[in-house]
Amino acid sequence: MERIPILKMGSFLLVTIQVDMHDQLAMTLQDDLTARIVSDRASGVLIDISSLDVVDSFIGRMLGNIAAMARVLDAETVVVGMQPSVAITLVELGLSLPGIRTALNVDRGMELLRAGNNGDSNAGRENG
Amino acid sequence: MPVVKTVELPLTRQEDVVAVRQRTRSLGVEIGLTIVDQTKIVTAASELARNTVIHGGGGKATIEIVKEASKQGLRLTFEDCGPGIPDLERAMQDGYTSGAGLGLGLGGSKRLCNDFAIESKVGKGTRVTIARWKA
Ligand SMILES: Nc1ncnc2c1ncn2[C@@H]1O[C@H](COP(=O)(O)OP(=O)(O)O)[C@@H](O)[C@H]1O
Ligand SMILES: [Mg+2]
Repeated sequence: MERIPILKMGSFLLVTIQVDMHDQLAMTLQDDLTARIVSDRASGVLIDISSLDVVDSFIGRMLGNIAAMARVLDAETVVVGMQPSVAITLVELGLSLPGIRTALNVDRGMELLRAGNNGDSNAGRENG
Repeated sequence: MPVVKTVELPLTRQEDVVAVRQRTRSLGVEIGLTIVDQTKIVTAASELARNTVIHGGGGKATIEIVKEASKQGLRLTFEDCGPGIPDLERAMQDGYTSGAGLGLGLGGSKRLCNDFAIESKVGKGTRVTIARWKA
């Protein structure tokens, strides 16, 4: 079966989405990642979406689900590399990706994970 | 409205949604839409194509390059002969879903396009037409 590969680096799991995923492939990735967080005792998940030129509500929901499940399993999720046109479109679509931490690129994302800061992406809300 | 080019694609399986996204993107590039406008119409196409497959029980997509006066654009039509939508106003609302979705497909697609039209008859089917014009 077609699958998106998941790499392990220390206590982190790394995923680079490079294909235009159909819905079942996205669901499989969500399930695989959840299983790997447990089996690899991962403390962080980094998802690189820099190759994705579209994120619709289905993929957005998948990213949110991964982050929510990771949190329950005591792991942090960072989504990196979102293209500006994708970010603009997501806002207009009405998807704000609550609870998802984002970073500009893989390096920044890794820094966030290493810092092990468990706050969520909407840090401003916590203070307000 | 003069149609310069027409592409028809089946929408029966999940993989067909991917094909609609890719064809919409390549036609958007062909007429010179900006990256942001391409991304907006491709995202709307993805939402509506999935609706046709999942809620409509399958159908087809028609992607056209259209000309009006001196402007060019992409017009997309999604049609199915599925159950139809009993309450269109409610279906258009953000967050309303009869299934397990996020309920952003119809409302979001409308925001992402310049033109949006939906016709639906219970027991007959649904047709959604959207267009994005070159700025
Ligand atoms: N082609 C269609 N045929 C029948 N019902 C549809 C169709 N498209 C949309 N709907 C109805 O409108 C609702 C809202 O659609 P949408 O905004 O895309 O949200 P979602 O797909 O996440 O449920 C759907 O849950 C469904 O009840
Ligand atoms: Mg939908």
